[in-house]
Amino acid sequence: MSTLPTPSTPLHTLLHTPLYETHQRLGAKLTDFGGWEMPLHYGSQVDEHHAVRKHAGMFDVSHMCTVEVVGPQAKAFLLFALANNVAKLKTPGRALYSCMLNERGGVVDDLIVYYFDEVTFRLVVNAGTAQKDIDWLNAIVLREKFDVVLTPRTDVAMIAVQGPEAREAVWKVLLDSHAATAELKPFNSATVGDFFIARTGYTGEDGFEIILPASRAAAFWAELQSAGVVPCGLGARDTLRLEAGMNLYGQDMNDETTPLESNLAWTVDCSTDRKFIGRAALEATPPTRQLVGLVPLGAGILRGHQVVQTAHGDGEITSGSFSPTLNKSIAFARIPALVAIGDTVQAEVRGKWLDCRVTKFPFVRNGQALI
Amino acid sequence: MTIPTNLKYAVSHEWVKAEADGTLTIGITHHAQDALGDLVYIELPAIGKHLKAAQEAVVLESVKAASDAYSPVAGEVIAVNQAVADAPESLNAAPYDAWLFKLKPAADASLDGLLDAAGYAASIGAA
Repeated sequence: MSTLPTPSTPLHTLLHTPLYETHQRLGAKLTDFGGWEMPLHYGSQVDEHHAVRKHAGMFDVSHMCTVEVVGPQAKAFLLFALANNVAKLKTPGRALYSCMLNERGGVVDDLIVYYFDEVTFRLVVNAGTAQKDIDWLNAIVLREKFDVVLTPRTDVAMIAVQGPEAREAVWKVLLDSHAATAELKPFNSATVGDFFIARTGYTGEDGFEIILPASRAAAFWAELQSAGVVPCGLGARDTLRLEAGMNLYGQDMNDETTPLESNLAWTVDCSTDRKFIGRAALEATPPTRQLVGLVPLGAGILRGHQVVQTAHGDGEITSGSFSPTLNKSIAFARIPALVAIGDTVQAEVRGKWLDCRVTKFPFVRNGQALI
Repeated sequence: MTIPTNLKYAVSHEWVKAEADGTLTIGITHHAQDALGDLVYIELPAIGKHLKAAQEAVVLESVKAASDAYSPVAGEVIAVNQAVADAPESLNAAPYDAWLFKLKPAADASLDGLLDAAGYAASIGAA
């Protein structure tokens, strides 16, 4: 064996979520993710993956940062700061996926924004970028003199319950949540007492993402487990989101890539004359690269940073792994925009060129293979 | 998991079983499979291939990473375990049964550089 994994950061410097002791008690293998010591898996990440596709699994995503955006100009601020258009949000609890861009059109982060009313919004941003995001947003507030206050929450936990049986499991545990959430459509949320329940996720399955008081997280997690929900780590979360064709910030996109070359053009709203950061750069430079799916035609596992050769120039795999649902490798690659879906390209896998087919996203949705 | 005492070990986490006919059977240890996680792809060497000591012999890919298993001594590959390549998860389940390849050691090959179970346990901090 060559290299067994070793921790990149001394574990004692890492941050812990309110469920850290729960993960330890469950025997999780822990790993550094964005400065947080998080469960990678609790035994088998492949079994956890299948649990979410077929039944219900739960993830501690408390490392992600909830930021309240409140003030008379909250809406005007978000119209300016986000590439997607919060004017689309008209009913309380409605959610929208968006990037926030820098002046060059690069992605500062991707996030979900929730609407409560015209002066009250909530953002959920990535863990590793949370401080960068808050600094970035506060600088915009100061520079443009928006009358709005950003408040990062440190008193909450977040649990994602995902899978075809996920919602029923939540209703079994939280009896009074059924009435408020049974009719929720995807990308909508409801508040039930201290619990904020959104029909969103990062797996390609149905389910809820739930923000709750940190003090109640361990008990809620234990009750979900008693109801048959399988604890799942970030390993399964990664293979699930890959199959679902969902980007991971820092890997599939960053400050140097635009949403147009990250398969996120659908999240950039230029349908009105709204002025938002990054718009001018996006409109001035048509993308020369695209983010696509790759599936190898032979045996082998695609991984991030492998070089891709195409008839129109080279590209690179941004994320790659093994798909437990498809029982073969899948990857995301950023390649020249002229390459067409269905073309054959070559990826360099351990010194050999492996033929791969270029595919659309997603690979899997709601338990069904789409390629 | 206890480390079998009838086997020899390389510090690079391969186990070696000396067979009665002088050939060697090689796999990877429980500690190695546990660190790699769920195995999903195994590429075995060609039968007849001559390997040097510490030469890359087998590609092992788990869900999270790729790694190599090395030949513990010089020799010729005389058999490979196709069943484990067809079902990589069987190696996670039973690492000391799921052998990878068999070697006919070179005339000057020696097992003296390998560890016994206690030595291997010490090398992984399990003693």
